[in-house]
Amino acid sequence: MDTQVPLIETRKLKKYFKTGKGMLHAVDDIDMQIQKGSTLGVVGESGCGKSTLGRVVLGLINATGGEIYYKGKDTVKYSSREQKSLRKEMQIIFQDPYASLNPRMSVSEIIAEPIRVNHILHGKKEIDQRVKELMETVGIARRLAYAYPHELDGGRRQRVGIARALSVNPEFIVCDEPVSALDVSIQAQILNLMMDFQDDLGLTYMFITHDLSVVKHISDEIMVMYLGQCVERAPSRELFENPRHPYTEALLKAVPIPSLKNRGKPREILKGEVVSPIDPAPGCRFAPRCRYATEQCKAPLEFREVSDRHFVACRLTES
Amino acid sequence: MEDNKKTLLEIEDLDVIYQTDLETVHAVNGISFSMKQGETLGLVGETGAGKSTTALSILRLLAENTGKIRKGKILFNGENILDMNKLELQCLRGEKISMIFQDPMTSLNPVLTVGKQIAEVLELHNQKHLSAHQIEERVDEMLRLVGISSERKHDYPHQFSGGMKQRVVIAIALACQPQLLIADEPTTALDVTIQAQVIDMMEKLKSQLNTSMILITHDLGIVAEICDNVAIMYAGEIIERGTVYDIFENEDHHPYTEGLFGSIPRLDDETDRLKPIKGLMPDPTRLPEGCKFSPRCPKCMEICKKEQPPACRKGTHEICCHLYRKNDEK
Repeated sequence: MDTQVPLIETRKLKKYFKTGKGMLHAVDDIDMQIQKGSTLGVVGESGCGKSTLGRVVLGLINATGGEIYYKGKDTVKYSSREQKSLRKEMQIIFQDPYASLNPRMSVSEIIAEPIRVNHILHGKKEIDQRVKELMETVGIARRLAYAYPHELDGGRRQRVGIARALSVNPEFIVCDEPVSALDVSIQAQILNLMMDFQDDLGLTYMFITHDLSVVKHISDEIMVMYLGQCVERAPSRELFENPRHPYTEALLKAVPIPSLKNRGKPREILKGEVVSPIDPAPGCRFAPRCRYATEQCKAPLEFREVSDRHFVACRLTES
Repeated sequence: MEDNKKTLLEIEDLDVIYQTDLETVHAVNGISFSMKQGETLGLVGETGAGKSTTALSILRLLAENTGKIRKGKILFNGENILDMNKLELQCLRGEKISMIFQDPMTSLNPVLTVGKQIAEVLELHNQKHLSAHQIEERVDEMLRLVGISSERKHDYPHQFSGGMKQRVVIAIALACQPQLLIADEPTTALDVTIQAQVIDMMEKLKSQLNTSMILITHDLGIVAEICDNVAIMYAGEIIERGTVYDIFENEDHHPYTEGLFGSIPRLDDETDRLKPIKGLMPDPTRLPEGCKFSPRCPKCMEICKKEQPPACRKGTHEICCHLYRKNDEK
């Protein structure tokens, strides 16, 4: 595995936004690798920079610093024409299927647009044929080809969003909370669909979500973010069995589990709220809420490997 | 042992429709349930199941020109809410029954300080004839109770985070010590760690003030944690109900309940593939005949398509499904 070039790799990736009060550190020094055909889950609470990270990786927002490698080539240095050709290989599925589809285009037009724009197929007949195939693969009835987004329910809209992303035969898809707006029974349908595509087409996913049960279900490796930084990264099972960062631990404990095993037992509850990401102090950003925090946490942290492929940024793991 | 507690709310055969020029939406179709003082009832279901409509009917807050209660009774402390006039309703809302809405961002008034918004409820329902000074004291007390320092009462809603806003909403809802609190997806808009804080706080307050609660949610995890009884709704009907133990530990379930449990990925369990319910919620303007779940049901029989399934009881556990009929026959 290690000798393979990862499909996506970032090094010291940064994205800062200028605000009236100072620099907002949305993404700060993120190092990650995603191997071809695998899924990296990115979890964190609102405002931790997970969506920004997804967009920077795709080149939808320019990075402030750092490098992004796609198949070993640094895409930050790409010209805008080269960037554009990347769009065929990298796609995104958005969170809100209500806001991400053009209300004035029919389902078939929405799915056909990327094919036309990227000159993948020429001729109406061929494009129509491809759209028909795509609709079938994602499970939208053919009679809905001329329906408009407002006529569809959330689950079907998300299927259209998936068909649109698949239309250019991408290798890599950023899924930004693709199921959070859906009901549980529909959510399960969409998750299964996405996992089938991964098996059949060898897709690589970066799966951004706040839902830990979903991320556990779909990911091979998980990255936990807090205020723009990655605090822990590990293979999925390892992270859930052996969380090493206090924030990961608190997140796992906060998820209500649908069984009566823990009923009535007092829970440890993480106190306080996320502090401002504007001009953060050096050192651990989680320290103000951490029950193990000491003076030493104010010193700059190192992201270290504690066991095979398990990385943590916490003073506690330093011996 | 539970029987000596007083019945607080009783709903009998409630039927609610939304009528527009074009169509009739059958939102709630003949549901009945009752709850006792101090009890927490979880109302579970997906979008369009009729959970929120049920809640709004209890407070008579349905949209006036479209929402209609066709039949049924809602008895609160023995009095039928459906027979009350405007004045009586005003005394009920906020004082005896209050409601927390899903989105804390939109349920507060952006141009009033949070302190004023809490005081407003106390002024409107001022039966104890509290002076302005006493009301201020009570505002401070409520803020402390929900874990916000009382110095922040002069701040406006936009100065608070989502979790803090929901705490303010809860403070407003509990200011008059209502007997019944209806919480409509109170934590759905919040992050998990904040959700844990809010739920923990609601539980503490509920037992402190001996309030009953109807918790509307789609999250079975939250139900397992705090509810005493559970009612599962589908297409405007309660299809299964019982104590949390009935729902989470019994073997027998309505096929829809099984589908719901099969659809959620779980932290405490390794599953490779979810077992979703196929198909979609039925169109509430054209509900199927017989059992409403039959078109999506993997165990559908001939009779399900024709006949409305009866409620089959086994102790406190009730399932509306033809599958369990034989157990019920004497």
